[in-house]
Amino acid sequence: MSMDVRHINAFLEATKAVFSSMVKMPVTFEKPELSSRCGQYDVSGVIGLSGDVVGSVIVGFTKMSAVQIASSFAGCRLEVGTADFADAIGELANMIAGGAKAKFEGQSVSIGCPSVIIAPGHQVSSPSSAAGICIHCNTAAGRFTIDVAIQSSTKVQAAPITAAANGTKSAISANAAA
Amino acid sequence: MRVLVVDDSKTMRNIVKGVLATVGATAIEEASDGQDALSRVDAFKPDIILLDWNMPVMDGITFVKTYRVKNKTTPIIMVTTEAEKSRVMEAILAGVNNYAVKPFTPESLSKIIETTIAKAAAKKAA
Repeated sequence: MSMDVRHINAFLEATKAVFSSMVKMPVTFEKPELSSRCGQYDVSGVIGLSGDVVGSVIVGFTKMSAVQIASSFAGCRLEVGTADFADAIGELANMIAGGAKAKFEGQSVSIGCPSVIIAPGHQVSSPSSAAGICIHCNTAAGRFTIDVAIQSSTKVQAAPITAAANGTKSAISANAAA
Repeated sequence: MRVLVVDDSKTMRNIVKGVLATVGATAIEEASDGQDALSRVDAFKPDIILLDWNMPVMDGITFVKTYRVKNKTTPIIMVTTEAEKSRVMEAILAGVNNYAVKPFTPESLSKIIETTIAKAAAKKAA
């Protein structure tokens, strides 16, 4: 199964919208990469996808980027380990995933309640049947990552990727057993 | 203007309260889910309700359907990430008066609140 470029663009657009309107911080994107879910984070918001697209979304941060981004979103200084901090991270993940899934044309998708993981250098894994894309994002507060993994049994109605973000062409596909 | 803000995220409630301060809210009550909101509406008597959709215990749509059985007039604005047309229609059919999609700018939300209040006032005057 190949990742649909429209899914990637949906996450890029949703992230940009969240950061421009509510975090009030410009965000730029690096070229999407295949994800093996090996990324290590200090803070991550994790949301499940269900329906026509089954998988999960991780929004992963370093401690520093998480504190600065969450604080900018909340409009006040938030400290790691507090309920308010976890709430802000969860809500950011919720809006990114929610904004993206609204753009999955012709697909009915639900998102679950976010989970927030706070532990230095942790990793979040997925089933081996999940094909993933990783988008590293840069802001004035540092770098964070959006890692989307979709399981192979998902119904995806689009041609394989032929163009990645930033206008460069590359074939990104992950073959998984049906 | 008395406003009930219903969202399971305290961060979002605080952001919405910030916007409400700019549109003349005089009293604000908070609830963290639909059930919590139902327990507060009768005593608080809001002039308007700002309501999230996806919440634990009782979601926004269930709150609207339950609330509208007895109260058909207090305006409700759904403030949610659910942006699909089908979801908007579902909310309107349930009795929501207006819809704000997250993420939003303070300016866009304040405009939606002002428009909703103005429409409700005009309907009441008619």
